[in-house]
Amino acid sequence: MSLSTEEVKKISLLARLAISDEEAQQYSESLSEIFDLVAQMNAVDTSGIEPMAHPQDISQRLREDVVTASNEREKFQSIAPATEKGLYLIPQVIE
Amino acid sequence: MEWETVIGLEIHAQLMTKSKIFSGSSTAYGAEPNTQANIVDLAMPGVLPVLNIEAVRMAAKFGLGINAPVSQRSVFARKNYFYPDLPQGYQISQFDLPIVEMGYIDIPLEDGSHKRIGITRAHLEQDAGKSLHEDFAGMTGIDLNRAGTPLLEIVSEPDMSSAKEAVAYMKKIHALVQYLEICDGNMQEGSFRCDANVSIRPKGQKELGTRTELKNINSFRFVERAINIEIARQIDIIEDGGTVVQETRLFDPNKDETRSMRSKEEANDYRYFPDPDLLPVRISDDFIEAIRDTLPELPEAKKQRFMDEFALSDYDAESMTATRALSDYYEIVAKKSGEAKLAANWIMGNLSAALNKEDKDIIDSPISADMLAGMIKRISDNTISGKIAKDVFEAMWNGEGNADTVIENKGLKQITDSGAIETMIDDIIANNQAQVEEFQAGKEKVLGFLVGQVMKASKGKANPAQVNQLLRAKLKD
Repeated sequence: MSLSTEEVKKISLLARLAISDEEAQQYSESLSEIFDLVAQMNAVDTSGIEPMAHPQDISQRLREDVVTASNEREKFQSIAPATEKGLYLIPQVIE
Repeated sequence: MEWETVIGLEIHAQLMTKSKIFSGSSTAYGAEPNTQANIVDLAMPGVLPVLNIEAVRMAAKFGLGINAPVSQRSVFARKNYFYPDLPQGYQISQFDLPIVEMGYIDIPLEDGSHKRIGITRAHLEQDAGKSLHEDFAGMTGIDLNRAGTPLLEIVSEPDMSSAKEAVAYMKKIHALVQYLEICDGNMQEGSFRCDANVSIRPKGQKELGTRTELKNINSFRFVERAINIEIARQIDIIEDGGTVVQETRLFDPNKDETRSMRSKEEANDYRYFPDPDLLPVRISDDFIEAIRDTLPELPEAKKQRFMDEFALSDYDAESMTATRALSDYYEIVAKKSGEAKLAANWIMGNLSAALNKEDKDIIDSPISADMLAGMIKRISDNTISGKIAKDVFEAMWNGEGNADTVIENKGLKQITDSGAIETMIDDIIANNQAQVEEFQAGKEKVLGFLVGQVMKASKGKANPAQVNQLLRAKLKD
């Protein structure tokens, strides 16, 4: 099974990663190798085995519904490129 | 050709937890921007989500409320998409193993019958932040206070066949989440939101047509309008020989149209996979049984009880249980006044008209349940007539005190002293000889006129039935 460069480009677009044509070619080859590994695993008979959702066989710890965080906006915004009126400013996105 | 509509709804209900689903930030509405967004909500490197037990409890409660199995094992998955108000780059949601599986709810139809609507699933997920596009000189402002607020996404089967049914279903779910006290149902603040999947097909055809997804329909009125507009648009396209494109469309209430949101399509490849930061959630039978023990009386059960206990009709009982606040109000009025039917009539009539007019909710009613019960008591003990009660109601609405105070201050007590009424009747007879003769000549209708004159003379305070009776007796003489 192989992944085309078009598919690699689509994935990079969805992930908002800029990659060159040359890189797309390289990724298509290396990702295809991973697919080959998946194909090998697919050959194993797993009938009757409950699919795992996590490698560790334990369950989620739950926390009580208590507000424990305090307002640290200033600290967070001191490392943001741009802020105004308490908002983080980013290049415009419009639907 | 005759067309048939198929509608399914996706409802997002914000759960009323104090803290967020995966962090200890507050979920309170209306705080200063970004003051309730901590490192987890901002998706700083190295942070880990820890699930809020109350969100799990509320989701399970909903499952019990729609007669659905609550999954003993559910799994969180990442729904990957890029948007700046989603700092993680993915939304933590549930995919193939949701916490609540197939349930149902019955909705009332216009003809008085009921229809069962399947609920495919309900799953837990986190809300995104808010993007503000205006006022920042070509930039977009991001407020992440809402990011991480717990949502319950409730997905229906495509069981609805008109906009009206969709609204009836949405109202039922809206009432249920409030009965269960898991969501405040506030649509203005976005605590309860709805998307609709709409398609049409030739009547009788089994196969579904291509559907579109309508966004931004966050009021009962908009849901109905948006769906009807979309149905008309799809029929136009097909009858003109075209085909409906599967896409997301935005409802614009100002222009009364739906329009394509193309940017959303390209991102419509969510690449779900189990979130490695979260382990499977396991719920014990004891946990579920403990929740079952705390369940309040649900709308269907309450409706049946109102029919049994207060002898209400199906329609009245349905109306009086439409929301939990309304049902609580009604029950107080019915019990304290001892006049269950009259209580329902006043609430459905004058009270809801007054509330609608001022766009008020029942919990903000200036007339409390106790006050309304007090007024109804005065109708049933003949202190005031139903007609005078309307004036008393208005005075109470305007803050002039309770019924007894208003009756006393305005001198509205019904005149039941037959001597006083007879004096008035004598006057009317003396001044309306022509009509009296007509009546005595057999013209029954004239009695109504004469009763009206006496009522007028009493300023509405005489008991109409008593006037009628006394007048008849006098005219016979």
